[in-house]
Amino acid sequence: MTSKSLSENDKPVGVIGAGNFGSVVANLLAQRRQVLLHVRDDAAIERILKTRENRGHQMHANVMPTNDLGYLADQCDVIFPIVPSLHFRTMMKGLSPYLHPYHILIHGTKGFDVSLPEGKTLDTMTTLDRSMVKTMSEVITEESVVVRVGCLAGPNLSKELADGHPAATVIASHFNEVIQLGKRLLRTNHFQVYGNNDVVGVELAGVLKNVIAIAAGALSGLGYGENAKGLLISRGMVEMVYLGRALGGNTKAFLGVAGVGDLVTTCNSSLSRNFAVGYRLAKGETLSEILASTDEIAEGINTVKVAKKCADYYKVRAPITTTLYQVLFEDMTVTRALEYLMRYPLNVDIDFLTE
Amino acid sequence: MEVVEKKNKNKRYKPILEGIPDWPVYQLSKNRKEFIEEVAQKTFAQIRKNRPTTKQLIDELEATVYREQQRMKRNRWRADAADEPRFWAGIKEELVALTGKTPEEAQPIAEDMLYRIVLRYANEIAGNFKPNSYRLTREIVKFWFSRLLNGARVKKFGAFFRSRYTLRDKIHIVGKVKQLRTLAKEGTVVMVPTHFSNLDSILIGWIIHSLGLPAFIYGAGLNLFNIKIFAYFMNSLGAYKVDRRKKNVPYLETLKFYSMCAIQKGAHSIFFPGGTRSRSGMLEKQLKLGLLSSTIEAQRNLYLESPTTEPVRKIFIVPVTLNYHFVLEAPDLIDEYLSSKGQDRYLPEQDKYGSWQLLQFLFKFFTKGSNISVSIGRGLDVMGNYVDDQGNSLDAQGRVIETRDYFISHGDITVDKQREDEYTRMLSHKIVSEYHRINRVFASHLVAFVAFEMWQKKHPKLDLFGLLKLPEEDQVLQFEEFRAACKRVRKQIYKLKEEGKVYHATHLKGNINLVIRHGLDNVGIFHLKRPLLMNKEGNIITKDFSTLYYYHNRLVGYDLEKFI
Repeated sequence: MTSKSLSENDKPVGVIGAGNFGSVVANLLAQRRQVLLHVRDDAAIERILKTRENRGHQMHANVMPTNDLGYLADQCDVIFPIVPSLHFRTMMKGLSPYLHPYHILIHGTKGFDVSLPEGKTLDTMTTLDRSMVKTMSEVITEESVVVRVGCLAGPNLSKELADGHPAATVIASHFNEVIQLGKRLLRTNHFQVYGNNDVVGVELAGVLKNVIAIAAGALSGLGYGENAKGLLISRGMVEMVYLGRALGGNTKAFLGVAGVGDLVTTCNSSLSRNFAVGYRLAKGETLSEILASTDEIAEGINTVKVAKKCADYYKVRAPITTTLYQVLFEDMTVTRALEYLMRYPLNVDIDFLTE
Repeated sequence: MEVVEKKNKNKRYKPILEGIPDWPVYQLSKNRKEFIEEVAQKTFAQIRKNRPTTKQLIDELEATVYREQQRMKRNRWRADAADEPRFWAGIKEELVALTGKTPEEAQPIAEDMLYRIVLRYANEIAGNFKPNSYRLTREIVKFWFSRLLNGARVKKFGAFFRSRYTLRDKIHIVGKVKQLRTLAKEGTVVMVPTHFSNLDSILIGWIIHSLGLPAFIYGAGLNLFNIKIFAYFMNSLGAYKVDRRKKNVPYLETLKFYSMCAIQKGAHSIFFPGGTRSRSGMLEKQLKLGLLSSTIEAQRNLYLESPTTEPVRKIFIVPVTLNYHFVLEAPDLIDEYLSSKGQDRYLPEQDKYGSWQLLQFLFKFFTKGSNISVSIGRGLDVMGNYVDDQGNSLDAQGRVIETRDYFISHGDITVDKQREDEYTRMLSHKIVSEYHRINRVFASHLVAFVAFEMWQKKHPKLDLFGLLKLPEEDQVLQFEEFRAACKRVRKQIYKLKEEGKVYHATHLKGNINLVIRHGLDNVGIFHLKRPLLMNKEGNIITKDFSTLYYYHNRLVGYDLEKFI
């Protein structure tokens, strides 16, 4: 199953999105197969061809950059779209005309897609329901004829993966075929791949943990230690499970590598963008200052907005998300938010396992 | 004060295939013996593959014999073959004789037994389409229906022999009729109707004929063959027999291969994918995946057997909803539903309706003004994609897609059971959502829904069972309130129609008082105890809460509750 043979007639594998994570995944795949990497920016293609450098990563010799989605879809039966959730649907609309039902798509994007009624913006909507909020696998099936869809999620900090530290990921799909394929393509001696059949659950776990990651950054920015973090992670977990269930996932997905595994990693890592946002907030910067100083998108900020409005619609108690929302968008200070949370009158430890 | 239906534009359709000998079902019955043997062989090979060791095979045979003997002991029917106790006793003896033999000695004997069993099942399942009998049945149905109609409607001596009214005036066929007719020429049609009443099979049979389509084959519950009048109709309409008492592996596999091979050979088929009649009166939510998966397998086999360049006969799924004001069996169905709810009890298949009750019902149906409408949905491919009139599958943007591609991995068509299970699940979701989309709302559904929901809202603390036991003095709804709620819900139904999420009968439009009157007059019209009535004060009352619940359920699933 993990045969390393790279037979001559194996088609190349496609990766769409040459950001940080996209580059890492392309390099992982390049150990087994030829890889076509879709890069939007012509200058970046030039640079990769000349220096093989991209976003601080040394690109593998098997990685070929291209800016032609049609060519990529024609050459590759298996494609990994890894673009920010904000652009995901637009990307899919562009890719869709070239896709056929034999294509297999495994995405690695942790965010929500939001489609609002005409004339509305995310800020004018007081609540959001599931018909407006979609996961990336749902965007793929809505926008294209592809049905064999999977998702890549787990504690995968790009820098550590690039350095070859031991790590694991989850491939979630309704199709065993997709999971097996993902394992064949990605598994190495340092990289373990687990399968899961609850796509939406795994996607939600990956998305919602970003909220908790911001909160973890904030705690750390305030200078608090491990007790506080332990409290946050466990309560955050409960909140994720409740929200995740309301949005159509199963509890189990949240207890696995893509759930608690990813959560612990992100909450402990200053490498994570979301963590950094929280940290800087606690240090007194405002959201607009933070946004102005970074070019990479921290998915978590949008996720807080969406998750809070979904929690309101489905009447899910989500104190961490709600207070974080107030910090980010309603000028509550981090200190004040923490005070509020510590006084929150809810003290049952675990009540989601008796289904 | 009848609200007049829109002028019925149903016309006569010419048969799409001239002579009966061209019909796929006729071809099938002409080569009946070969076909049954093919089914038996394929089933045999499949079971052998799934039970590779001698021990597993013998275990399977033992389980089958045990179950069959239990069935014969507990629940024998008139339709059962007379020689079956002898057959199974024989198999049992042979099994006993196997003990002590080595696997090498036992294997060929066990295989022989298995083959005899599946061959027997295949013979039992197989339909027996006879052109002459088909023609006769068709004429009988047409003649008597038309006599009933004319005799009942036109109150003049001699009207009995006139042909002013035909069935077409009673049964409205709406939807994608033209497409259905072309698809039946282009490929193989699998019609998947909702299932509310035992009458459905006959109704569908008539519709297929009246649309000029060749006879379809379909699996009818063996219990229906207990009723002689049904047995006659079924046998002549290309029905094959499905015995829901038999749950053993060889039987289920044979059944599946029977329908799969027939579809593969181009026989148009009907599946009631809900399995049995809807007990609750709700549109089907959970479909039986076994039969649906056979359409996907059949399509895959067709692709597998032909080289890429050759066009392959496509299989089209056509959802159909049957819309009634009245379901004969409603009170019993809902009783079964209620008594089983929460307890997961086995639902016994028992029918209290013999030939006589059925004739009575038919007479009432034709003599009183109560119409049936049949909505034909848009054709789908086996993946649930819409198809155009040429049978091309289309994606959401209207681009043509190749259905073959769904079965390809690494450039080749492959057999992947798990993948196809998932496809089956997707197809079943699509069919369910199509049911809701093409469902036609009648005034009687509207009034039943509104009344029940109003009672529910007035007693928010009561669960369903509490509600059903409501004392009589609480069972009155003020007409004005009721009227206002009907109006709100009707408005929402209009809106859903605009969005393409449901249809409604023409009679739902116009003056709301007339619509309510029409609804009250028709809801469960022939039941002894009427589910909804107007009392002397002009307010709304019920005589049978659970039947009301049954009719109300028809509109569950559209989120209409919040408009009460």
